Amino acid sequence: MSAVLETTETTTAVGAPVVRITALRKSFGTNEVLKGIDLDVLRGEVVCIIGKSGSGKSTLLRCINGLEEFQDGSLTVDGKPLLHESAMAMRALRQRVGMIFQGFNLFPHLSVGRNVMLAPTLVKKRSGADAEAQAKKLLTRVGLAEKFDAMPEQLSGGQQQRVAIARALAMEPAVLLCDEITSALDPELVGEVLRVVESLADEGMTLLMVTHEMSFARKVSDRVIFMHQGRVHEMGPPAELFGSPKTPELQQFLSSLHD
Amino acid sequence: MTEFTSWDIVRNLLLAVRWTVVLSLIAFVGGSVVGAALLALRLRGGKVAQRCIGGYVQVFQGTPLLMQLFLGYFGLGLLGLDVSPWTAAALALTLYTSAYLTEIWRGCVASIPKGQWEASTSLALSFGEQMRHVILPQAVKIATAPTVGFLVQVIKGTALASVIGFVELTKAGSMIANVTFRPFTVFACVALFYFALCFPISLFAKTLERKTNVSRA
Repeated sequence: MSAVLETTETTTAVGAPVVRITALRKSFGTNEVLKGIDLDVLRGEVVCIIGKSGSGKSTLLRCINGLEEFQDGSLTVDGKPLLHESAMAMRALRQRVGMIFQGFNLFPHLSVGRNVMLAPTLVKKRSGADAEAQAKKLLTRVGLAEKFDAMPEQLSGGQQQRVAIARALAMEPAVLLCDEITSALDPELVGEVLRVVESLADEGMTLLMVTHEMSFARKVSDRVIFMHQGRVHEMGPPAELFGSPKTPELQQFLSSLHD
Repeated sequence: MTEFTSWDIVRNLLLAVRWTVVLSLIAFVGGSVVGAALLALRLRGGKVAQRCIGGYVQVFQGTPLLMQLFLGYFGLGLLGLDVSPWTAAALALTLYTSAYLTEIWRGCVASIPKGQWEASTSLALSFGEQMRHVILPQAVKIATAPTVGFLVQVIKGTALASVIGFVELTKAGSMIANVTFRPFTVFACVALFYFALCFPISLFAKTLERKTNVSRA
């Protein structure tokens, strides 16, 4: 009982970190890709992670919902620690962490509406009617109300990604992880997805995004993190980080983008 | 000396063909059940279970079915178990089928993109929920054509059960050939019977394959 009270306390605390990462280390075999990451993400904060490919950005994101196991350090979401060994704890944690992927990963055999409804009905035991109403509301929010009965393959990439966002939101996560969500899109479709993400940020959703869209990161994020060789190399408000990068690595990274 | 008409030959083969069908069905249904159980173990179980099942598959794929039938029939006999040709044939063919089916199905499950697992994992679905609602519906679609195609192999495989004295189509054929002295006619008929059983199934598998390819394109 006291544990329950404790967790409700942490969830209601304003300004408390939703995600707290301490001294996190992760290796693939002998290759250490995350070399001690410390990071707190506050409620309602929008954090963008930038950096070269191979710098560990995606791996860090994937550690947060347990898609990757880390070897050392600790990670809590909403005050609850991530425990790889406990399926129950992982299931509870994943309900608080939504994730959107580069490749959309919609379920191709299910209609758009069913894609959104699946997890709430199975995991949250929502009734069909409830889940359907919620799915319709979320699809309206991402501008796809009329696609409820469509199959994923009938949609454009941008539309599929917006469905994926609705699907993640259906679990009412405390934090949304976005892993290069516009990288697989044709350039003309990037805007529609980013507009949805921006509206989420405006509504106070906690967002942690790995992105290559620097202008978007600059505009929307509260904080930008530059990762380099498995470490948080530089961190700060976007104006500061993009305006006057301190480390030569970041300077080089930013200038390489303009080439 | 009794004269055998062609109708006699066909009639007797027709009577025997049902045992080929029954044995095929037992092998196929039994093999599916065992194969599915092995698949579940393989996907969920630890490294040891995976390796054991991998070995099981290799053993059955790497030895002739004929040896498996012999071992089933004489081996169990050595252990003091009195097995009828029926039991031995059904058992050997079931295990043989299960090894192939579990391997075919494993391939189908493995062909489902990793992103489907990751997306469903990140939505907090349990392993069972993932399998039932996300992975299997897609894998079954891919697996149907090769599974039906494998049924043809099972049907032809039942012919080997004749060597342990199980009277199915082939055994009946050789018995009839021995009394009629018309082996060519008899075995031509036997071949036709097998073809009549297998061809429609092959055709069906082809159609299924075409269908799944279209829907995936």
